[in-house]
Amino acid sequence: MMLEYALLAGAIFGLYFALAGLGLNLVFGVMRIVNLAHGDFMMLGAFSAFWLFRLIHLNPLFSALFVLALFALLGLPLYYLLVPPLLRAKDPEMLSFILFFGFSQAIEALAAIAFGPSERSLPGRLLGRGPIRILGQAFPAAWTWSGIASAAAVLAVYLYLYHSRLGYLTRAVMEDREEALATGIDVHFVSAIAFGLGLALAGIAGVFAPFMLGSATPSMGLGLTLQSFVVIVIGSLGNPLGTVLGGIIYGVSLMFMQTYFSSWASLLPYVLLILILLVRPSGLLGRQVRRA
Amino acid sequence: MLRGVRDSLVVVVPLTAAAALLPFAYSNELLLFNFIVFLVLAQGVNVIYGFTGYLPFGYVGFFGTGAYGFSLAVIHLHLFPLVALGLGAAAAVLLALLLTPLFRLSGAYFAIASFAAAFAVYEVVSNPHLDAITKGPYGISLSQIYNPQLSYGVAVVILAVTLGVTVYLKNSRFGLSLRSIRDDSLSAAMAGVNVVRARTLAWLISALIAGLIGGVFAWYVSVFYPETVFGAEFSVFAIVFALFGGVATVSGPVLGVIFLYGIYNVIGISAPQYFQLIYGLLIMGLVLFLPGGVVPLLRRWGIDVP
Repeated sequence: MMLEYALLAGAIFGLYFALAGLGLNLVFGVMRIVNLAHGDFMMLGAFSAFWLFRLIHLNPLFSALFVLALFALLGLPLYYLLVPPLLRAKDPEMLSFILFFGFSQAIEALAAIAFGPSERSLPGRLLGRGPIRILGQAFPAAWTWSGIASAAAVLAVYLYLYHSRLGYLTRAVMEDREEALATGIDVHFVSAIAFGLGLALAGIAGVFAPFMLGSATPSMGLGLTLQSFVVIVIGSLGNPLGTVLGGIIYGVSLMFMQTYFSSWASLLPYVLLILILLVRPSGLLGRQVRRA
Repeated sequence: MLRGVRDSLVVVVPLTAAAALLPFAYSNELLLFNFIVFLVLAQGVNVIYGFTGYLPFGYVGFFGTGAYGFSLAVIHLHLFPLVALGLGAAAAVLLALLLTPLFRLSGAYFAIASFAAAFAVYEVVSNPHLDAITKGPYGISLSQIYNPQLSYGVAVVILAVTLGVTVYLKNSRFGLSLRSIRDDSLSAAMAGVNVVRARTLAWLISALIAGLIGGVFAWYVSVFYPETVFGAEFSVFAIVFALFGGVATVSGPVLGVIFLYGIYNVIGISAPQYFQLIYGLLIMGLVLFLPGGVVPLLRRWGIDVP
């Protein structure tokens, strides 16, 4: 009974964590940079959903579409502003880490100035009333719909990457940036789109954060980035589909910890991250990416 | 050798003298003490990041471990503070030894993993189930050994020794071999540098520095919570201060602390968000326009700074 519940809830949360990690992984895969401000874009997504509901009573499912368009558009100028100078530097990966950390601090500060430091939450009934039964187990409707929306977003990214021309070019850049450039692909344009998409996915994940994670505060970003990082490291860095596996493994193990060893559950992401980085730095589905 | 003497005369001696004498002229001793803590932490980051290129994003883990090692030695073993300080520093070094496998990771993965490690230590220390040993989330009170004069004095000594270590690293053969590892570890190994040993030694020194100052911090403030000594802002500030001034130099981290922590104390305490915004934008500006920090810029202008 408890086992089934933990497994199913883990799968629902796993889909959500997959969505949360997907954007970070896409940006890493295409540009080989670490967007440490990823969680802060999730935070901005959560606050967008909150204010859109507070001001015009917009349902979060529609807020998600709005956030998708807005963040994707925002991503294009941000890419041209921040990323090309980084890629010209000696060690882009390391520098990106520091640069986006600064960016994350600036976003967090601006959000705290604009929204105040208090916790914001959205009522779960916005995503349907009453529990929904899946295989004999009852789950809040908000969880179920967040899980379904996450699965839809992940599927859309799959279709984009594997069944569209731009997605095909994106995968070419992921495979080898230099060769993609040599074959005449507009690498910067493709990367800018991927960057925008990465932010948009973070934003959508953020919209559902108040339902899945309880509430939103301006300072939640760094923790979310770390959690997303765990998910994509489990899956494998630079492989967007591995993220789904990573998300589900992370979600299920989190639910197991919370069900059976709840007092130590908060240790899980950190220990899991360190263990996986040490044992299999390339992730479960990854090829070898580590140098030296 | 000569440069080492010069660096000591220009940076170490005046700074240590200022730290030791300012309390007689300026009444806010806590502020001076915090300056010393950040001067030491920024130099500790300098030792590992500046000289080997590994960014210890979870550097605060050693600081907090030092603080808790010290406090638990006082509470459970009833040791004298100076002996307990040794135990706190030993705990930090032990943690660093446990984490040496992280060096298999490169760049950002090392940074993230060390960050996660610091969080893990914090989660263990603050877990309510360990109440009997660590006092869990309820914090530590060391009023029985409270001694601001002596602990301040010990902090000044640690500052002097830490500055001495960076002067040594900047001017010695060992420091040169560390920098060669940072720039190209394969070539360094071929030139006869024992990469693993040198890197591990720098890592342990860096952890020792943070552990010592963490223990003194616990002694000086004597009442604190786990989130006080494991606060991510210790790592973040130390890294930003060191980067701002310029790493792998003696004076860079010092300039960073005096300038940025000075600004922090003017505007940061009343309006922390605005300070956070400023240093966030400052980090971005540094990476994009001045990746080496202030000291290399001064050197390019022909000003010879240590």
